[in-house]
Amino acid sequence: MADLPFVISREDWSLHRQGQMDQERHQARIREAIRANLADIVSDEAIIASDGRKVVRLPIRVLREYRFRLDWQKQPRVGEADGPVRPGEPVGRPGRAAEAAGGSGAGDEAGEDWFETDVPLEELEELLFAELSLPHLEPKQEPHLTVLHHEWRDVRRQGLYANIDKKRTLLEAMKRNRLAGRPPLAGIRREDLRFRTWDEAEIPGASAVLIIMMDTSGSMGTGEKYIARSLCHWMVRFLRTRYERVKLHFVAHTTEAKEMDEESFFTRGESGGTRCSSAYEYALQLIDRRYPPDRHNLYAFHFSDGDNLISDNPRAVALLRKLLERCALVGYGQIETQPQYLSMPYYQPNTLLTLFREEIDHPRFVTALIRDRSEIYAALRAFFPRPGAGERGAG
Amino acid sequence: MACDLDRLGEAVEAVVRRARAAGLDFFPLRFELCPPDVLYTFGAYGMPTRFSHWSFGKAYHLLKSQAKLGLTKIYELVINSDPCHAFLLESNSLLENTLVAAHVLAHADFFKHNWRFQSTNRRMLHSMSAFAERVRRYEERLGRGPVERFLDAALAVAEQIDPFPGPRPAPQRDLPLFLLERAPELADWERDILASLREEALYFRPQMETKILNEGWATFWHVRLLRELDLPPAQAVEFARMHAAVIAPHPHQLNPYRLGYHLLESIEARYGRERLFEVRTLETDVSLVRNYLTPELCQALNLHVYAQQNGQWQVAATDWTAVRDLLLRQLENCGLPYIYAEDDNYQGRGELYLRHGYDGVELDVTHLTHALRHVHHIWRRPVHLETVQGGRNTVYTCHGEEVTSRVL
Repeated sequence: MADLPFVISREDWSLHRQGQMDQERHQARIREAIRANLADIVSDEAIIASDGRKVVRLPIRVLREYRFRLDWQKQPRVGEADGPVRPGEPVGRPGRAAEAAGGSGAGDEAGEDWFETDVPLEELEELLFAELSLPHLEPKQEPHLTVLHHEWRDVRRQGLYANIDKKRTLLEAMKRNRLAGRPPLAGIRREDLRFRTWDEAEIPGASAVLIIMMDTSGSMGTGEKYIARSLCHWMVRFLRTRYERVKLHFVAHTTEAKEMDEESFFTRGESGGTRCSSAYEYALQLIDRRYPPDRHNLYAFHFSDGDNLISDNPRAVALLRKLLERCALVGYGQIETQPQYLSMPYYQPNTLLTLFREEIDHPRFVTALIRDRSEIYAALRAFFPRPGAGERGAG
Repeated sequence: MACDLDRLGEAVEAVVRRARAAGLDFFPLRFELCPPDVLYTFGAYGMPTRFSHWSFGKAYHLLKSQAKLGLTKIYELVINSDPCHAFLLESNSLLENTLVAAHVLAHADFFKHNWRFQSTNRRMLHSMSAFAERVRRYEERLGRGPVERFLDAALAVAEQIDPFPGPRPAPQRDLPLFLLERAPELADWERDILASLREEALYFRPQMETKILNEGWATFWHVRLLRELDLPPAQAVEFARMHAAVIAPHPHQLNPYRLGYHLLESIEARYGRERLFEVRTLETDVSLVRNYLTPELCQALNLHVYAQQNGQWQVAATDWTAVRDLLLRQLENCGLPYIYAEDDNYQGRGELYLRHGYDGVELDVTHLTHALRHVHHIWRRPVHLETVQGGRNTVYTCHGEEVTSRVL
């Protein structure tokens, strides 16, 4: 074939990485966009309800390539069909060609500045939690930690592939396979991977205990509870990335406190007066009975609409101080979605928030005022401020 | 290995001999077999080596995911250069790659003969990879942020070239050229980026203008050449299936392979093979449709106009003049708006005044506001654009981040 003007060859393309590299550039832009929209994202119901699902669909800004374009959306177009068509016959009209990463989303029909993309939940949490940190960490039972070093060393489900903990990964795979009744080495899955990280040695190895208290008297409506639930969701997810185990206690109170399961805690409504000291007392007893502070990382959060029996206030403050002696962090979130106080200019609200801010000045006591969903993220950052972020209290 | 190099060589040789005998005259061809990921890269970048940018990464990701879902399959990529480079998928079957080779050499013939390609840079591969290298160096020197920002901006205007620049291109019809000549504060590296993107746009432009004709031509020839190969029955069936997939209708879009192929088939039937070669040399998509779309073809392909009525998309017309006229309008200027640079010293303040050549289709406002910010990034002073919105003359003004509009 020497006289013919063609050659066929096969090159070595194994080092060809440009597409992959630019895909990573694009991913980085998506992450920037997510970071810029975290406040919207953390209050998104779909995500909070997605517990267990691995991928969430997010609306993301700014990833389109803007040019001067004609708006053909409302214009007649020429189409083609498999068979004969007649005037008046309906034709479906698809959205614009999928523009999203992953070929998933489309739907920017209205010329909106958004498109949807699928983001693995893990990746989203990584971005979100990078903005948060565990404050006021005190090493718990350090001698003990050394003994437990192998077991409680910081091993995570995400990390650099170079840092794969082969032994742990194999163990996880064997565990999973055996549980499923398969031979121990029936393949390794993504979920088995374990990675070592060495640079966050201050991270405690053991467990955390989270006591979440909430006023369930009549004034806490579904809107308020939704906000409390969102905050709890993210706090728990956050603590779970930091601790091997997170133990949860849900304490509802009106004039009396009682512990309940998560579902009832966020759904059941009760009526009656409010005495928040009852919840603090319950929390203190729980700690003293089961969680000696020198061996546990304790976190206590209280959500309320700010209403309390005036006569109960001194006791509430005193008990809160006791909680602070025991806990790594005590947070108080006041949820005021109906701003009745704001509409009454001469009314000086006598809320718990005012009281606590006046009475308690403690580095591990954090308050936040949350008026609507958009302030959930700010509250989260107030509770778990990143060092140097210099924020204290979102309200 | 799915595709044996020697056997493919023999098959391509047979196809090449028949193509030459049939009168195709193409640049020498360099076929390269490559893995799918590499082909998706070339598909996304339009070229084997091109500057790095996130938008190519997005396109690459999209192609890869669509292929994974079985939505698209790229068979080949062919580069308009001399010699002509074509990339074949190594996982294709021998028959698939033989068909692709036949398709590709018709493209190579087209690139060599169609009038719109006469002034293209046949060494664009080298120019683009040299530019990619310069962008890499700018990023090293200045950091990725500012370079990426400028690339975003330059890409937003690069398409607004004058496709028929003649001896003296008119800058007011060529936005990147206008900016190169008049933007007051461009740094050398910015000037290089803008000029290079303009060159790339000029290089790609004839391909946009001849999509239907070029794909029709390649499809016409892969059919002719493979028929001549006298395939055994099993391969003949495989071939028929592949060809049917290539020319299947795409609902709500136009499949250029389908329209082009049928147009050329009908031209050959009506006027003979010789006219076909003239059409390949002398037409573009616009003139091809204007001169050769017939009522019979319109009906055979079930072409129709569809439009929104009472919130529903429905068939609005099927008569061929309506279809032809609308099709011509869609193909006009490759579907891009005309943007004219009218004044580089608007109101004596060094502001830029642009005008949209409105002809009944409005600009996409979201794109418009962002594109104006991009122009502002290049011009660095207020930028105005006059267009028509809701039937009224409207000026959009960008002062930087903020874009305002006012009805005239």
